[in-house]
Amino acid sequence: MPAPRTLFDKIWDSHLVDRQDDGTCLIYIDRHLVHEVTSPQAFEGLRMTGRTVRRPEATLAVPDHNVPTSGRAQGIDDEESRIQVEQLSKNCDEFGVPLFGMDDVRQGVVHIIGPEQGFTLPGMTIVCGDSHTATHGAFGSLAFGIGTSEVEHVLATQTLIQKPAKNMRITVEGKLPVGVTAKDMVLAIIGKIGTAGGTGYVIEYAGEAIRDLSMEGRMTVCNMSIEGGARAGLIAPDEKTFEYIMGRPMAPKAGAWEQALAYWKTLPSDEGATYDKEIVLKAADIEPQVTWGTSPEDVIPVSAAIPGPDAAPDENKRSAIERSLDYMGLTAGTPISEVPIDTVFIGSCTNGRIEDLREVAAVAKGRKVAENVRAMIVPGSGLVKNQAEEEGLDQIFIEAGFDWREPGCSMCLAMNADKLAPGERCASTSNRNFEGRQGRGGRTHLVSPGMAAAAAVTGRITDVRELS
Amino acid sequence: MDKFDKLTATAAPLPLVNIDTDMIIPKQFLKTIKRTGLSEGLFYELRTDEQGNAKDFVLDEPAYKDAQILVTGDNFGCGSSREHAPWALLDAGIRCIIAPSFADIFYNNCFKNGILPIALPQEQVDLLMDDAGRGSNAVITVDLEKQEITGPDGGTVSFEIDAFRKHCLMNGLDDIGLTMAKGEKIDSFEERRKLSQPWA
Repeated sequence: MPAPRTLFDKIWDSHLVDRQDDGTCLIYIDRHLVHEVTSPQAFEGLRMTGRTVRRPEATLAVPDHNVPTSGRAQGIDDEESRIQVEQLSKNCDEFGVPLFGMDDVRQGVVHIIGPEQGFTLPGMTIVCGDSHTATHGAFGSLAFGIGTSEVEHVLATQTLIQKPAKNMRITVEGKLPVGVTAKDMVLAIIGKIGTAGGTGYVIEYAGEAIRDLSMEGRMTVCNMSIEGGARAGLIAPDEKTFEYIMGRPMAPKAGAWEQALAYWKTLPSDEGATYDKEIVLKAADIEPQVTWGTSPEDVIPVSAAIPGPDAAPDENKRSAIERSLDYMGLTAGTPISEVPIDTVFIGSCTNGRIEDLREVAAVAKGRKVAENVRAMIVPGSGLVKNQAEEEGLDQIFIEAGFDWREPGCSMCLAMNADKLAPGERCASTSNRNFEGRQGRGGRTHLVSPGMAAAAAVTGRITDVRELS
Repeated sequence: MDKFDKLTATAAPLPLVNIDTDMIIPKQFLKTIKRTGLSEGLFYELRTDEQGNAKDFVLDEPAYKDAQILVTGDNFGCGSSREHAPWALLDAGIRCIIAPSFADIFYNNCFKNGILPIALPQEQVDLLMDDAGRGSNAVITVDLEKQEITGPDGGTVSFEIDAFRKHCLMNGLDDIGLTMAKGEKIDSFEERRKLSQPWA
């Protein structure tokens, strides 16, 4: 009898094209997502060597990082941003790669549109020149970020040179308390394992609390695997997964659907499969989370106080905490819920899906954004935007005083015009609180969509459960 | 890609943990469609103030302006997959980075650009950090073939590296060329999958 295998092992084995004696493997890549920032040099490399794109139909391109989220009809003001977006169109045209351009309703953040179109499917290998490619692991696909040299490698050969990762399983037992979401869960996980805790691993998320999540919630969890150091996160596909995929434009149709479904059902890890590392959390222990520092591991429950250097296990960590507190303009010992904010950003590949917007609307309804707070909502895609408008969420947002914008990456990384000014403090549903991430000198507190909405209406970090 | 065999150069100390790729090169420098000229943005927010004036930064000190080796803290290169980070380091002359650990994507990106990332236990990095603090006397030698670092006082430390990556780095090999030579294997894989997973 063959040894029991994990979900990762199964996907890996089924994509092995070649294995050298030294253990280096060539693995096949089923799907390649492309955006404007990390692809121009890859296409240029193909051009210089006279190479072509091996499977244009397995490739999908979209501009997202640089696109404006307002006044889009006027085009892009910033010249460099405009050139980069135009270059993507030229490259896609020249190499025959399908593109959802800026004026296409299907345009959006690359990791939102893959699942939305049924481009992302269980059991596949999926790559993109973007570290948040881990998002697609929510479907039980092995999805990870790559650099531009590897983008070129995949365009030319539809493969990558890799060594297998180690297996880690993170089990979240029991049920999440009311008001606690997928975002809080993944922030709590990163707080526990640290920002390098997953380095060298692929994380499989398991347990009742993971199974109970919607596909949107599962994407939020897998998305932030990279913030815990893991290149990929995985969740076993189940009926929820299949239901989400069925009928999407690029999903298998008719006879192929049955065949695909039969295969997808063989993917979950076998009973008795072993992991190189196991972590267990109890869902009931998780509270709404807020980051206080400049690394995603700098996270505490909303009821807690900001830690100080004395909490550090060693000298390196101690100086990191001092540096973070100084950058963030915070004092150790202050309850995090007393920290006032100036800006709220809701959106990104972490929390720019319809369910996230519904969470925001539930808090925003009948309330007003606090004076002196700038609050923007950037839907993950044109289709998410349309759906939110069909459900009337946009009216709730606008009445409450939120700025309802066009889809893109926006203030998650501030490559377009949406950014923080020096010293501005933001409650953000994005994924990174690094120094300068949302604009030079800007201060980011990572939170869930509901917590971001609560901060918007009170003007300070607030436990969303107090508002319901 | 330039070959890497043996490098004798000044090592610069950058004793911070979790240096992310946003810190290595901030977003405003990612709007280029070229691979070159990125040293302008390297560690931009560490080396300039908000008005763009120079701040004290190790790589701008006279003793370290020719540094080709960086000794730094745990989890170097975490965050974004941007290959602009190794491009910027390379453009500034950095060919080798020594740290207790590296983030996976950054580590991988280094090898694609002829940069050697070396992971060593914290205690050994601490010693090399002290060595790197000696300014113009902070010259160390990294010998990839022997997998050995020699400090300014002649002490040596050995390091681990994947055999295939070492081979590619020492010979300056282009991955795509190597894979293209396996074209028949890719063809037959695709043929098999067309039958077993026609939807894929």
